[in-house]
Amino acid sequence: MGDVSGDVLRVRGLTKHFAGGSRLRGSSHQVRAVDGVDLHIAPGEILGLVGESGCGKSTVGRCVTRLTRPTSGSIELLGTEISTLPEWRMRPLRRDVHIVFQDPYSSLNPRMNIGDIVAEPLRQQGLRSRSERMREVGDMLERTGLRAETRSRYPHELSGGQRQRVALARALIRRPRLVVADEPASALDVSVQAAILNLLLELRQQLNFSCLFISHDLSVVEFISDRIAVMYLGRIVEQTTRDQLFTSPQHPYTQALLSAAPVPDPLVARDRVVLHGDLPSAAAVPAGCRFHTRCPVAVDRCRVEDPVLSDVTARDHLVACHLVDPVTGGPDISSARATYDDRLV
Amino acid sequence: MSALLEVDHLAVTFDTEDGPVLAVKDMSFTLNPGEILALVGESGCGKSVTAMSIPALLPTNGVTRRGAVRLSGRELTTLAERDLEALRGKEISVVFQEPMTSLNPAYTVGKQIAEVIQRHQGLNRREALDQAVELLVKVGIPDARRRCASYPHQLSGGMRQRVMIAMAVACDPKVLIADEPTTALDVTIQAGVLEVIRTLCRELGTAVVLITHDLGVVAEVADRVVVMYAGRAVEQASVRSLFAAPQHPYTLGLMGALPANALRSGSRRLAEIPGLVPAPVDDPDECQFAPRCGRATSECRAARPQSREIRDEHWVACYHPGHEEDGDG
Repeated sequence: MGDVSGDVLRVRGLTKHFAGGSRLRGSSHQVRAVDGVDLHIAPGEILGLVGESGCGKSTVGRCVTRLTRPTSGSIELLGTEISTLPEWRMRPLRRDVHIVFQDPYSSLNPRMNIGDIVAEPLRQQGLRSRSERMREVGDMLERTGLRAETRSRYPHELSGGQRQRVALARALIRRPRLVVADEPASALDVSVQAAILNLLLELRQQLNFSCLFISHDLSVVEFISDRIAVMYLGRIVEQTTRDQLFTSPQHPYTQALLSAAPVPDPLVARDRVVLHGDLPSAAAVPAGCRFHTRCPVAVDRCRVEDPVLSDVTARDHLVACHLVDPVTGGPDISSARATYDDRLV
Repeated sequence: MSALLEVDHLAVTFDTEDGPVLAVKDMSFTLNPGEILALVGESGCGKSVTAMSIPALLPTNGVTRRGAVRLSGRELTTLAERDLEALRGKEISVVFQEPMTSLNPAYTVGKQIAEVIQRHQGLNRREALDQAVELLVKVGIPDARRRCASYPHQLSGGMRQRVMIAMAVACDPKVLIADEPTTALDVTIQAGVLEVIRTLCRELGTAVVLITHDLGVVAEVADRVVVMYAGRAVEQASVRSLFAAPQHPYTLGLMGALPANALRSGSRRLAEIPGLVPAPVDDPDECQFAPRCGRATSECRAARPQSREIRDEHWVACYHPGHEEDGDG
């Protein structure tokens, strides 16, 4: 069952390329959705994976749960290399890793009742008798804040927040060591989102699983994570503890991302770096540092040499940027800042 | 300042197979010239329906609209469709959430912007196109002349939304209605688009009704806020006053549910609002938030609280307002 002392998950050099282009026009190219990702998650730890749409964060989640087969790289789940395992050898390991998807409307089978949905991971592995399964389902539903009687209801009878509780119950019924949560609260209203995030933290306390929490929302990631990895165009550009990331972000992209997030306080001075241009396509990744096309402080070296993720300033603070200095830290992008606050008083 | 736009006891009901749906029950607010007013609330609270009622963009079939909407004193609810067409795009324009579905995929963006200008300002095609280029420059699109010849699918989401804004401000409208204009965009793109809305509307003196579910966006751009719950305004105030001292328990709940606020207070638990939003099927004479409210008393269930001014220009519809958790403040 793997080593207990080490990391629950270790990912090294993970890539996932998709074939793109049009067969009709005879064109073809590679979409480098994930292009060399390294990360690790300790027991009981929540790692937030944050990035904008199209950066490949969901594909990382799908590779880690082996819902898709990676192109190359290594994924160690509890010490077992799973990146190349055939499906029949992966099956017994599926009890240790489960996933919660963003949209609770499409991730629950509308023709199954809630009890059967939550019991499915047990049934799939032929565990326990039906009555025992139902007892466990009732217990799990109660842990997620639903009544045990919800068993006999169908997904369409539940609200979005309730459905996401069901998805959590299904993911946790086998007591996995790792839960991948792919934007689990993004489709929900803020008051419902709050309840789901609280619940995830509570259950982590009770059941002590590790979590790869994927989100585009910085404030959610900051709230829930112990450590955070920032992803840009298929790569991790910065990975460190939550406090480090928010007090001294080093990568220019992280700095820009932090400054772009809206702050729910009108009195905070807006001191904002507005990035120019759009996210390049993963089918045409820029040469050199992949962020250089939008980076306000890029130099010539950035256009030719691809920076590696390394610990320049501190052991637990990894950054992929040429401009990070061991003493002064990340580059200062404030020259590109635009300050504005001209609202009517 | 006299109000530019007045919405007066607006109510909108949709007739459906399952009976009437009371989307908006009673909304009143005013918009001053050059002001950015945010309508904020969760899904289904009626914020979009309220905003779309202003330029009468709701279907006429099966929809009952009561109350008054006045633009510079002129009543809009009784206008004929022809008069409304002359008004839309010229005096009131709209930016929708999803720019891909609101642009025509079969025409270049230059042509689509020029169409608005030709129609309302009587310019010829050449002049209108020149103006379209100028507008694209203003909303921050690089290489604007070449971009005019692009089709919507050739542009990114952020660029499309900038095109929508260019089209909306083309005829220098008095009121711009922006319905979740940045919800479909990434945060670094959102920052740029919000800034365009802010600076451009300041420059042109356009007043904005901004519909959003995101209190962060409200704090970023708005001057004044109306918080909506179940088809009614529960609180109205300047942005500064609302964020400094929210009064309605629902507003407090929304703010407590924000991860950013929990972090600032050092809490690792978010405030939750128990229960669910009531179904919009009836309108009992009670506070609709009472079943979910920690402060609710028999008074709240006996009669609906009226909106009252408890501080300067800060209105709240609650018997037990106050920004301290324990009650009146």
